[in-house]
Amino acid sequence: MAAAAKGTQPLLTIKGLTASAGDLEILKGIDLEVYAGEVHAIMGPNGSGKSTLANVLAGRPDYKVTGGSVLFEGQDILKLEPEIRARMGLFLAFQYPLELPGVRAWQFLKAGVDARRVHNGEEEMSAREFDQMLKAKVEQVQIDPDLVKRAVNEGFSGGEKKRNEILQMAVLEPKLALLDETDSGLDIDALRIVSDGVNLLRSPENAVILVTHYQRILNYITPNQVHVLYDGRIVRSGGPELAHELEEKGYDWIKEAVDAGV
Amino acid sequence: MTTPKVISRNATSSELDTDYKWGFEIDIESDLAPKGLSEEIVRLISAKKEEPEWLLEWRLKAYRHWLKLKQEAPTWANVKYPPIDYQDIYFYAAPKVDAPKSMDEVDPEILEAFAKLGIPLQEQERLAGVAVDAVLDSASVATTYKATLEKHGVIFCPISEAVREHPDLVQKYLGSVVPYADNFYATLNSAVFSDGSFVYIPKGVRCPMELMTYFRINQADSGQFERTLIIAEEGAYVSYLEGCTAPARKSHQLHAAVVELVALDNAEIKYSTLQNWFPGDKDGVGGVYNFVTKRGIAHKNAKISWTQVETGSAITWKYPSVILDGDNSVGEFYSVALVNNHQQADTGTKMIHKGKNTRSTIVAKGISAGKGNATYRGLVKVLASADGAKNFTQCDSLLVGDKCGAHTVPYIEVKNPTAQMEHEASTSKVSDDQLFYCQQRGMSVEDAHFMIINGFCRGIFQELPFEFAMEASQLLKVSLEGAVG
Repeated sequence: MAAAAKGTQPLLTIKGLTASAGDLEILKGIDLEVYAGEVHAIMGPNGSGKSTLANVLAGRPDYKVTGGSVLFEGQDILKLEPEIRARMGLFLAFQYPLELPGVRAWQFLKAGVDARRVHNGEEEMSAREFDQMLKAKVEQVQIDPDLVKRAVNEGFSGGEKKRNEILQMAVLEPKLALLDETDSGLDIDALRIVSDGVNLLRSPENAVILVTHYQRILNYITPNQVHVLYDGRIVRSGGPELAHELEEKGYDWIKEAVDAGV
Repeated sequence: MTTPKVISRNATSSELDTDYKWGFEIDIESDLAPKGLSEEIVRLISAKKEEPEWLLEWRLKAYRHWLKLKQEAPTWANVKYPPIDYQDIYFYAAPKVDAPKSMDEVDPEILEAFAKLGIPLQEQERLAGVAVDAVLDSASVATTYKATLEKHGVIFCPISEAVREHPDLVQKYLGSVVPYADNFYATLNSAVFSDGSFVYIPKGVRCPMELMTYFRINQADSGQFERTLIIAEEGAYVSYLEGCTAPARKSHQLHAAVVELVALDNAEIKYSTLQNWFPGDKDGVGGVYNFVTKRGIAHKNAKISWTQVETGSAITWKYPSVILDGDNSVGEFYSVALVNNHQQADTGTKMIHKGKNTRSTIVAKGISAGKGNATYRGLVKVLASADGAKNFTQCDSLLVGDKCGAHTVPYIEVKNPTAQMEHEASTSKVSDDQLFYCQQRGMSVEDAHFMIINGFCRGIFQELPFEFAMEASQLLKVSLEGAVG
């Protein structure tokens, strides 16, 4: 297991984060620290707030943050526009990737890469350099090269859309990748491709937060920590063994324990 | 590689404070006929252009017919505007310079003005490879590459010159596709038309370069009534493009043009438009009324293709059409119409199938932003003679924001049971989720809108000549400014 360099500044620090959608309070106080080099799995039953957490971190306007703080590399990002967070190196792999009819994947990805580079005071990438980089990434994550010639997600199958998210992640090289149930609805081959992609990206410099309902993907990606989210709070944290326990016993024992105040 | 900025230019000065970047005035003295419309004005225009008697008679017939119409402009279009006072318009305004015999004689003031608009009139400049006819108000001020074209027998000149130099061709074809009594605005145009381009491609000749006419309205309170006539003889090919801009003025300006295309057997005409007339300011003050009649006739095995990108004008009213007269002839219409702020557009096409096995394709994309209203109106008519006719129509509308409107009014009339008709239509909105998706990849809301809208138009831009596809995309971007973000 990758030894995280504790003692240095965390990549992500969440303190007392609360958020609501409309009148409904969904996150009721989240505390979490993620260091570079780590993979954290966030698990939990449906409706526990897992996806909300990922989307709030990315700045989705559907949610309102009502309290707490989120520091990314020491900077409070809660007031920043989603595109600024993205340019700083935060990536969300969508649970339901959007179709952008007529928008070429090439153009879409280059716009993302260039936005980051300009944000970091670098020049935009030349078309030739980008072409070569994209080609290498397509090979690396083993996705059908035809997908990048088509419009973004237009007419893609569910599995193709998820793979495309992994390609985008590989191209954009985020410091922190949030995977929002990227494993759901995937057959075993697609699951392996997605997992391989995540493992490829894993490095001492970046971190991954894996939001998932199932333990299955954790057979391919070994997390440093597993957290169980229930009713808007992290109610258990542990090592990979916690995921196995959940696989065996389901979520009911946690619900019962929490509801009983244990 | 630099992209030719055909219709791009930074504003210098204009009457209105707007984002329209082409709104400056050209400071040049005009030769103005008195305001208003009368038989004397029609005669004066004809005399100014030293026209033969037959043409004056034709104008007068049109004028008398127009009088009978009692200023009753068509009201069926989904556009609203106050009645136009035809006595308050200059029907003739020409730069006060002698007609140049060669490029060396063109007034430097005019050269500079067109250069400012991104249209260098010196050959071998940025638009090398594109022959340009520059029309300022009622007169053509310069035509480039004439010598090169002449070598191939191609005639590309102002229509007033064609009347003098090639009277037989003009007399044969003028009004043959759009008769003077066709409709209110076409009738008005026939009476007072000023300048426009004339193109003649001889039999079997493939025109060696793109031809372009750039129309500029400059004079205040003037109307522009250009007339364009393109004739492709048997087996000939030509790709023609028009662009247009106008100063940002508080009063509305009328632009009522007529374009006629004649594609003889096996000929092909590709006609592209980047229409960027002043659209009015964000409160709907000023802007050009663009009431245009465009029609082509396709003879046996001929093909006529209209591609238009309509981003300008306060009101657009135009239906570039094809009469599929000959067997196996093909008609195409590809359109992007964008309305923002208070703009209104009622635009589409007519495909009239007469010949056997005629085919037509219609792809219309409407984008509505701000308080804009866009209507697609189209007619596909299959006559009894048109065995095996086929049409495919696709109309897509995209809404940006929640104060705009999109409407689709397709008419289909089929009198032959062997015809095959396909019609697809969709309306969509740039969704918040799509925007967030783009933002999450690092794009600003504005760039995200632009990318999504560009994607929506992609199939149309591909139909434009290469040099202008980028330009069209840029035009969309500036036209959307203020609507998003």
